[in-house]
Amino acid sequence: MVSKSVIQEQMAKQEYKYGFVSDLDEDTAPKGLNEDIVRLISRKKNEPEWFLEWRLRAYRHWLTMKEPKWSNVTYPPINYQDIIYYAAPKPKKPVNSLDDVDPEIRNLYAKLGIPLQEQERLAGVAVDAVLDSVSVATTFKDRLAELGIIFCSFSEAVQEHPDLVRKYLGTVVPFNDNFFAGLNSAVFSDGSFAYVPPGVRCPMELSTYFRINAQDTGQFERTLIIADEGAYVSYLEGCTAPIRDTNQLHAAVVELIALDNAEIKYSTIQNWYPGDKNGKGGIYNFVTKRGKALGANSKVSWTQVETGSAITWKYPSCILQGDNSVGEFYSVALVNNYQQADTGTKMLHIGKNTRSTIISKGISAGYGRNTYRGRVQIHKGATNARNYSQCDSLLIGSTCAAFTFPDIQVQEPTAQMEHEASTSKIGEEQLFYCQARGITPEDATNMIVNGFCKQVFLKLPMEFAVEAQKLIGVSLNLEGTVG
Amino acid sequence: MRPVTTVAVSVDAKQTYVAEFASSEKELGGPKWLRAVRKKAIERFEALGFPTQKHEHWKYTNLATLLRLPFKPAILGRPDGVVSENLEPFKFGVLKTSQLVFVNGRYAPRLSYLRSLPEGVRVASLAEMLRSEPETLQKHLTQYARFEDDPFVALNTAFFSDGAYVEVPKGTVVGEPIHLLFASTSRELPIVAHPRNLILMGAGSQATVIETYAGWAPDVTFTNAVTEVAAGPASVLDHYKIQREAETAFHIATMTVHQDRDSSVSAHSVSLGGSLARNYVHTLFRAPGGSLTLNGLYMTGGTQQADNYTRIDHVAPACTSIELYRGILGGKSRGVFNGNIYVRKDAQKTVARQTNKNLLLSSEAFVDSTPGLEILADDVKCNHSSTIGQLDENAVFYLRSRGIDEEAARNILTYAFAVDVINQVKVAPVRIKLDQLVVSRLPRGAGLGETL
Repeated sequence: MVSKSVIQEQMAKQEYKYGFVSDLDEDTAPKGLNEDIVRLISRKKNEPEWFLEWRLRAYRHWLTMKEPKWSNVTYPPINYQDIIYYAAPKPKKPVNSLDDVDPEIRNLYAKLGIPLQEQERLAGVAVDAVLDSVSVATTFKDRLAELGIIFCSFSEAVQEHPDLVRKYLGTVVPFNDNFFAGLNSAVFSDGSFAYVPPGVRCPMELSTYFRINAQDTGQFERTLIIADEGAYVSYLEGCTAPIRDTNQLHAAVVELIALDNAEIKYSTIQNWYPGDKNGKGGIYNFVTKRGKALGANSKVSWTQVETGSAITWKYPSCILQGDNSVGEFYSVALVNNYQQADTGTKMLHIGKNTRSTIISKGISAGYGRNTYRGRVQIHKGATNARNYSQCDSLLIGSTCAAFTFPDIQVQEPTAQMEHEASTSKIGEEQLFYCQARGITPEDATNMIVNGFCKQVFLKLPMEFAVEAQKLIGVSLNLEGTVG
Repeated sequence: MRPVTTVAVSVDAKQTYVAEFASSEKELGGPKWLRAVRKKAIERFEALGFPTQKHEHWKYTNLATLLRLPFKPAILGRPDGVVSENLEPFKFGVLKTSQLVFVNGRYAPRLSYLRSLPEGVRVASLAEMLRSEPETLQKHLTQYARFEDDPFVALNTAFFSDGAYVEVPKGTVVGEPIHLLFASTSRELPIVAHPRNLILMGAGSQATVIETYAGWAPDVTFTNAVTEVAAGPASVLDHYKIQREAETAFHIATMTVHQDRDSSVSAHSVSLGGSLARNYVHTLFRAPGGSLTLNGLYMTGGTQQADNYTRIDHVAPACTSIELYRGILGGKSRGVFNGNIYVRKDAQKTVARQTNKNLLLSSEAFVDSTPGLEILADDVKCNHSSTIGQLDENAVFYLRSRGIDEEAARNILTYAFAVDVINQVKVAPVRIKLDQLVVSRLPRGAGLGETL
């Protein structure tokens, strides 16, 4: 295990350059949001004039927008003036060693099978996930650069590749897209940027770990991934947050752009702090994710495992603009205790012969409320468009709830689309069968739930799939609740 | 039946109806309790206003034309010109039925006849019932169809003066179907009618009720119908609603069904006419053991809009609902299916199945399908499925390879798509009639009739 001082040393060396939250400046902006704050963020980031202009336009437009209320989640009104929009990444109350970490969290990590070194990282001991990003970047940066692949923090991209950023930023999720995207555009502090040049197949998974550390801050990061003609990239995103008893807002924006024959695979394991057993605290995960299959024969694929967050409210979407382009959405959303999830996808078929697949698995336990909401829209001229959607819900316990709201719009007679949904509980026969073979009710339930999710897990890169499986078991926290 | 010159007047439709109520409140009459309900309803209507496309349940339905036209209720006592021959096409061949006819929402005794009915069964005009037995009605009328959040139900509640009253007492089986025929006709001015029907099924009773909505182009009419059904314990109701208004007509209908223990209701809706047709079916299981079959077929062409909204509320445990809606859309028509299954917290052992299938025949037709499940209980089996597509080219090819020309092949397949719903009609003459109607709407469908 690398000693902490070495890590800190590395950190110190890498600051600014590769830091995921790249600014280690100590001062935090005052609470609240106004044009000065937007200017301040832009100044801190040393952003060019056009970028500040763009932020300000976003901010001014955001002021005219109202917070959407149509979702199937409930939360107390968010005071947007009570959030720190720019904070130094240093943890407020540093934890010195693992012994100081809440034993409950350590248990959790032990169950997840995360090695000690990683445990430290996840528990927020001195360093956070920034390190991970840095090490990935440093270890492989040369190799990636050889292939012409750019993978860096957003701030760095703005400085070093302004043309690419300017060309693509906001083309998939414009700042006037929705309330939270507008807010993000105005105040986002950092994020990831990846560009894969024509004909290059990215030889490794690009990955970022997101963390929310400081209290009272909102996290607004932005990810922009561009796969040029014939390129392929697989991107992983993992999210964790320390335990806090106040709610924190996370409003990120992810934009994917796939040009001719390119493919982007985007996988998420979202394990933000979900709040405690009584629903206190936790992250509000209000994220706008959208991929544009711009070129012919391009492909955008979303895979998500959503186990954390007090409220998850997001719809990773695909705009299938290029002819023969393909969109995919594979999702497992699990809610327990008082968690709420309103998630799903949008597939907009514009190009000819476009195809999309939606597989969504919702699991509700405790007092959780799980909603699948999706839209499949087949525009006029999207001849031979094809969609298949399947969304299944599994209910564990009598106090949880599952909702399904698909919306299907077709303006093209040659299109074919199918939607199926089912809701049921774990079969008594299945449980009995397992128990008859000496498997405890908890293990049996776990097994059945994992089987239920398998279709989606298979789409994850292998290590992630293993983690996701364990995470499901832990999030369900079945001990004592079944049998 | 005669050309109508419509003047587009841009007035606030809502205010027009509110003013209309103020001036006709006295004429509408009815018992004291009903007058109070009417008042509440118009107040509620005024507060709600007409829905816009921003309203979740009206997102794809454009009411602009409906609201632009100056609809007036038909003037009482003025001849409407409807004679028995006009209604012949809306009957079911050899089928013997008791028949109540309503013209522009008012009972027309000269066109109606009652066959002998089992003892205690009452099939009558609601207006007559309101005069003779207002207190019998108070227990049920306006008790099921809620107007609190539905402006059209509110409007109907404020304005209805007549409709059908069907009561089947405990343990009675009515063998012959009861046919309720609502004809809409207008002369110079667009006419509005607000028919209101009440169907009361006693414990263990059984009946078949058919509602037909008829009209003739180019009459511009607006029918805003509400049917309330209370299905008593272990009762069996077979209900058909066949909407064949003119393609110049506007049709908005709400049906509310409350089901008691072990009751069995099947409600079939066939929507063919209307420039705008909206069907809202709201059913509620208030005691365990009920079963519901909800079938629908909408077939549109030209610039028709067919909007189907269903809400099945599983309040009580151990109830079963099976829903099948199919749409065939041609021309520039629009079809909407919005289905909602709501399973309340303690409604364990619920089985709910919802299917919506749509066939698009033209490149300018549009369909929106929004099935929905809201489930708050865990021991349930619920699923829904929805498909939108065109005719299977392989199937067309198969038929053509057997010497059937392209048009006939397409007709056969379109007919086959509709037949799944039609086949569930239990009354043979009604089924045959619907078959003919579907076939006649296919391009050169007469030929198909022979092929089949």
